[in-house]
Amino acid sequence: MRFLDFFRSSKQGTAAIAKERLQIIVAHERRKTGTPDFLPMLQQDILEVVRKYIHISEDQIKLSLDTSGDVEILELNISLAENDEEP
Amino acid sequence: MARVIAVTSGKGGVGKTTTSAAFAAGLAKRGFKTVVVDFDVGLRNLDLIMGCERRVVYDLLNVIHNEGSLNQALIKDKRLDNLFILPASQTRDKDALTLEGVERVLDQLRERFEYIVCDSPAGIEKGAIAAMYYADDALVVTNPEVSSVRDSDRIVGMLGSKTSRAEKELEPVKEYLILTRYDPNRVESGEMLSADDVQEILAIPFLGVIPESQAVLEASNSGIPVTLDEESDAGSAYMDVVDRYLGEERPHRFMQAAKKGFFSRLFRV
Repeated sequence: MRFLDFFRSSKQGTAAIAKERLQIIVAHERRKTGTPDFLPMLQQDILEVVRKYIHISEDQIKLSLDTSGDVEILELNISLAENDEEP
Repeated sequence: MARVIAVTSGKGGVGKTTTSAAFAAGLAKRGFKTVVVDFDVGLRNLDLIMGCERRVVYDLLNVIHNEGSLNQALIKDKRLDNLFILPASQTRDKDALTLEGVERVLDQLRERFEYIVCDSPAGIEKGAIAAMYYADDALVVTNPEVSSVRDSDRIVGMLGSKTSRAEKELEPVKEYLILTRYDPNRVESGEMLSADDVQEILAIPFLGVIPESQAVLEASNSGIPVTLDEESDAGSAYMDVVDRYLGEERPHRFMQAAKKGFFSRLFRV
């Protein structure tokens, strides 16, 4: 959903493309370099807890740490398939 | 208290040495005792931009390795009394640049100067780390172009993690953005990232734009820091940047397209 924001720029021309590409790659690279070591382990642990109750696969769970201003946001996304079958 | 200012960018060719020379000369013009140090070991060019290439005898690495004194290595600028240059070695290997040695030299410089401007080499290797490691402030020189902005973001990340201030958990290095080779006409027609765009992505305080200018090449041709040509657009833009760094309010110039002043105001900072 957040990615939709990148397409809202009203400016014409290649500068808008440059900005959009930069925002995506910079956000991606910041996440990689700024990610604490424990995130993958935390993700694994949460996955196991959730699996006790719901059947989900590894790629249905997304954990990310973002900063906006002074606030750090730990975002956990678990997407559940409509029926239990794999897509 | 002396301040160590790293001039850095990650990407090469964006104007680090031009900015180092112009900024240091600008500080000296404002009455501060300033030294500009070249960290680009093996590819020194600050001496050429400053117009003192024929006066280099000893260099930074000679001082680090006690082969010459700091006094022997410092070159006094012929135009500004307050300005000195410490050149890099042209022959030595980059590995000779030790953090411990750099700290020793910077400590000596801190006793004698108010501002120590460190001209970083391109890249994120040893020389670039050495130039930023002991910095109090950093000027992040960026072109309004994708690879430069991306590399600057990388450098901003390193300033927050791979510097003495970061490792000792002191007050973080103060980062400032300088956008060079800016062309407001191309920004207005949507061909070039605007100052707003770059600020939004990098999210560090903005000192100003330096317009794409013939004066920069002419200054480097003659070995004169461009701030000594204050009549020129780039020279006056750099002086504004110096004054903003020193805490003065200066309206932003050179950000509007030549005509259609009204429309471009929408993009103003």
